Amino acid sequence: MPAASSKSAYLAGVWACLPFVMMAAPFGLLFGVVGAEAGLNLAQVMAFSTVVIAGAAQFTAVQLMTEAAPTILVVLSALAVNMRMVMYSASLQPHVGKASLWQRLLISYTMFDNTYAIASAEYDERPTRPVQQKAFFFLGTATPMVPVWIASTYLGAALGTSIPDAWAIDFAMPVLFLSLIGPALRSLAHIAAALTAVILSLAFAWMPFNLGLIAAALPAMAVGAELERRGYGR
Amino acid sequence: MIAASDWQIWLVIIALGIGTFLVRFSFLGLLGQRDLPDWALRHLRYTAVAVLPALIAPLLVWPEANGGEPEPLRLTAAAMTLAVGYLTGNGIWAIVAGFGSFYALGAIFG
Repeated sequence: MPAASSKSAYLAGVWACLPFVMMAAPFGLLFGVVGAEAGLNLAQVMAFSTVVIAGAAQFTAVQLMTEAAPTILVVLSALAVNMRMVMYSASLQPHVGKASLWQRLLISYTMFDNTYAIASAEYDERPTRPVQQKAFFFLGTATPMVPVWIASTYLGAALGTSIPDAWAIDFAMPVLFLSLIGPALRSLAHIAAALTAVILSLAFAWMPFNLGLIAAALPAMAVGAELERRGYGR
Repeated sequence: MIAASDWQIWLVIIALGIGTFLVRFSFLGLLGQRDLPDWALRHLRYTAVAVLPALIAPLLVWPEANGGEPEPLRLTAAAMTLAVGYLTGNGIWAIVAGFGSFYALGAIFG
């Protein structure tokens, strides 16, 4: 029964994303507050979170606009922050590349770090699932994520609801990602790739436009691939 | 405060929105139906474990909230998160361990 298994894959995606959604809400609130305080009106703040819908790039764009950077520089710098998603897109292609156009458009629109990471872990664990189920799983992860991101932005912008510093929400993002990385370290190849990425990202932190991230991630992927080729992938 | 005019702000939103979507759609759109060679698949299997650590390592080692200086509390709590996630294979326990140790150690030594 393909319909039933698509539905269960979708629900599994929703379920897998729920804990991480609670960690995304503080960032939505924060973007709402920062955007409103920078002088954006409510429509503009909401447009950022619905049209751009990419946390880090939104913060970068608002930051640069408050510094009166030229429009073209604002757009290019914020886009540079998003370049990692080219890699996400490539890494999802073998799994959902054959899904329907509508599904691929929706997956692209809802591609966050956490929806990607959760789906990628699922595909890693069950690589042989049919395309349909993989696509529905991704859309499941996006289902709680997108409304929470948009609603929390609204609350931040409309009410100015800020998060107390003592909550240390800047620590929420590292914890969130670490909680996704830990379970993904399934073999020596995975561990070596992650370790390479850490060392190189610190070494390349001086690079402008977030290039250090890409410069660290590409060699790290090569390290993982090479170790897998030598039999350390499982 | 943002000095840019209304239309400049909208231009940023729309240009960035289109650009970001194209970045996300890139490989899913262009290579949609194609099968990638084995060597490419092998590299792509390590995307998540390469990008996510590279994204957070600088944030952890030089946290802005601590004036860009390394902070033992954050590093310890981060190590707890990673260790519990690795050992249990469960992200939720990892989050509980990370935030639990962060607030507990912060309360004790803060």
